[in-house]
Amino acid sequence: MNRNIIDKDNLVRLVLILFALSSLLFLFVIFAFILTEGLPLFYKVGIKNIVAGMKWAPTKGSFGILPMIISSFMVTTGALIVGAPLALACATYLSEYAGRRTKLFLKPSLELLAGIPSVVYGFLGVIYIVPIIREHLGGAGFSILSTSLVLAIMILPTITSISFDALMSVPGAYREGSLAMGATKWQTVGRVVLPAARSGILASFILGMGRAIGETMAVIMVAGNALKIPTSLLDPLRTLTSNIALELAYATGDHRRALFSTGVVLLVIIMSLNFIANFWVKRRATK
Amino acid sequence: MRINPRLTDKLMRAGLTFLALLTVGILILIVLIIFIKGFRYVTAEFIFSYPEDMGRLGGIFPSIIGTVFLGLLSIAFATPLGVGTAIYLTEYTRESTLTRVIRFGVESLAGIPSIIYGLFGFIFFVIKLKMGWSLLSGTLTIAIMVLPTIIRTSEEAIKAVPRNLRTVSFSLGATKWETVTRVIIPSAASGILTGIMLSIGRAVSETAAVIFTMGSSLRLPTSIMDSGRTMAVHFYILAREGISMEKAYATALVLVCSILIINILAYYFMHKMIARYS
Amino acid sequence: MMPETKIRIKNLRVFFGTQEVLTGVDLDVYKDHVLGLMGPSASGKSSFISVLNGMIHFEDGGRFQGDVHIDGFGSLSDKNNGVALRKTVGTVFATPIPLPRSIFENIVFGVKLNGIRKRSELHAIAEESLKKAFLWDEVKNRLSESALKLSGGQQQRLCLARTLALRPEVILLDEPCSGLDPISTAKIEEALSELKNDHTIILVSNNTKQIARASDFVAFFYMGKLIEFGPTERLFTNPENQMTDDYIRGKFG
Repeated sequence: MNRNIIDKDNLVRLVLILFALSSLLFLFVIFAFILTEGLPLFYKVGIKNIVAGMKWAPTKGSFGILPMIISSFMVTTGALIVGAPLALACATYLSEYAGRRTKLFLKPSLELLAGIPSVVYGFLGVIYIVPIIREHLGGAGFSILSTSLVLAIMILPTITSISFDALMSVPGAYREGSLAMGATKWQTVGRVVLPAARSGILASFILGMGRAIGETMAVIMVAGNALKIPTSLLDPLRTLTSNIALELAYATGDHRRALFSTGVVLLVIIMSLNFIANFWVKRRATK
Repeated sequence: MRINPRLTDKLMRAGLTFLALLTVGILILIVLIIFIKGFRYVTAEFIFSYPEDMGRLGGIFPSIIGTVFLGLLSIAFATPLGVGTAIYLTEYTRESTLTRVIRFGVESLAGIPSIIYGLFGFIFFVIKLKMGWSLLSGTLTIAIMVLPTIIRTSEEAIKAVPRNLRTVSFSLGATKWETVTRVIIPSAASGILTGIMLSIGRAVSETAAVIFTMGSSLRLPTSIMDSGRTMAVHFYILAREGISMEKAYATALVLVCSILIINILAYYFMHKMIARYS
Repeated sequence: MMPETKIRIKNLRVFFGTQEVLTGVDLDVYKDHVLGLMGPSASGKSSFISVLNGMIHFEDGGRFQGDVHIDGFGSLSDKNNGVALRKTVGTVFATPIPLPRSIFENIVFGVKLNGIRKRSELHAIAEESLKKAFLWDEVKNRLSESALKLSGGQQQRLCLARTLALRPEVILLDEPCSGLDPISTAKIEEALSELKNDHTIILVSNNTKQIARASDFVAFFYMGKLIEFGPTERLFTNPENQMTDDYIRGKFG
């Protein structure tokens, strides 16, 4: 009977190791296929012509995605400029000023709202934000401005939630010490608590950035699909993500490979952002 | 002249309160608009009938079924893998290079945007494995996508089970596996369920990864190789092609309600877990 | 007449990593009697227990050398499968650890692992074990209630009953009454005095008075060594070793 138990335990352990390794397997397979489909074009046409190329006409041999790279960064920056301060303010209020009951009610509500699908944000953006911009500010309405606003709203829950956690983990002693020295609440919050939570807040910004750059469906609906580098806030644009999503269904041959190449570029950007968020921020936190 | 710190304090308090209310207000406003505009179009007929004229008329029954199948099947795949991984990492091994590598793998999977999952699912399941646009392709893709969430939440739940319960179980003659299945998993169940609910929520709201793997057929999926729509995909198509405002709002309402219910359930389970140990 | 030996221990040494916490113990544990282990903290008493119930293998770096032989079971060695051992040797720990389940489920947890499923059989075992632990009267009407609702003393008797359900030949109790009120302590000691008729019992305690009350033989441990062993009465009235005498008088501990 002893043998049976030992064998069964070893079998279980083996199965569980395989399960655990499956994550690595999936990661490998995903990278393998994206790279296998996306890298060849870099060799065939040249990295420069793709990453720095200005013209996207894939059926005619032009695979330049620079305008899209720039557009992606522009709307992400715009989203951060609008969304980060707002989210941080919300997180600060929740953490430092709100009562226990408010906290208990608002934090889960925020996370519930984070579950709203991105297509819904895009839809409401098209219905409300785009026309308003078109009427009052000019242009087609589909613009950097509209995309940034929609993305900003979408990353609010992410940034608020993580910043809130960062602020809440600042030890109470810091606050008490500051107040005991005669500082006002705002002085305490602004000069002691916020700096102490700096690395967590930065991490939330970077993660929000990651979410904004990776967003596809909402962007397609409000960005306008133009292939030039936008020169003003009211110009329409196409991001890396919408590039892939708009053409994947009917692309063939080199055209399809170019979409995978776009995916490779996107993957590199986002993995770098995640890397920075995880390691740089963690290192600062242990200082 | 220095600004009076008392004044600054009051201003900042007011300002922060306002901005916080603004933030929450915007999000609530979104939900409200969907409710108000969509409410009158969500009838029993809408839920149970089939779409006609590309969705301009009729209902969304096939996409509701598609959504349910996708949600349930993807967690059917992901849960054993995810909980098994979590059990392995917490109970069957100590921190080592291997565990660090596995955790790195899981974190990386979590960081990949959904369009890349769409690309991958498309080339791998739909094309290379010849599964075509199907429930199967969609399920497998989404299963990989939600795997990190299940691993993370399961690990936390298992870690929260007090160490001494394991001691007791062993001292009563239980093997490791018996301890895991009869003591640890039951105690960690609430937390694990939270992860499962959150994953279902994600599967339901996903669009980019689904549309390129499951396709967008309007028919009711009756087998795992059938293509079909989820509510999110249907909504996206209705909105983007400008097919029907009313149907779009109505679909959005059903979609948002489903997700809200799923997330509320997730929180219910999470609080059950917290209550148990405090 | 010398009582039968149930557990024979020769030259037992226990290590945690490179640290030796128990050096060269030679001891005979007699069948159907209570052996009290006494001594100040960190004397090696708990390490000794963990060898006998196989839990040493779950401690970081825990291992032992030497001969430990349990009559009717066999020799313990590092390679032994602990599952069978832990069904022969039951343990009650210092802090009561009820499983987050009903009282009934707690008692039959170990029993179910052995494949016994019939409701009636399980109930019979539960009743028998709870009676032996002097807990039956207090809980007989609420077996399906959560075990977490019981008081500390009741929970500890529950843990005893849980162990008894497996009908172990040896019962180890590691400071079972620390933190319990006098009435619960008395009930547990009463249970032990009856249980020793059918079980070999080892009782670890920091409380010399409890050792004097409840045990038939005493082993005094100090700083990882077995200092003295003998019948309780003799050890307490006429100890052979000066250190034993000092400890009993409370001169250190």
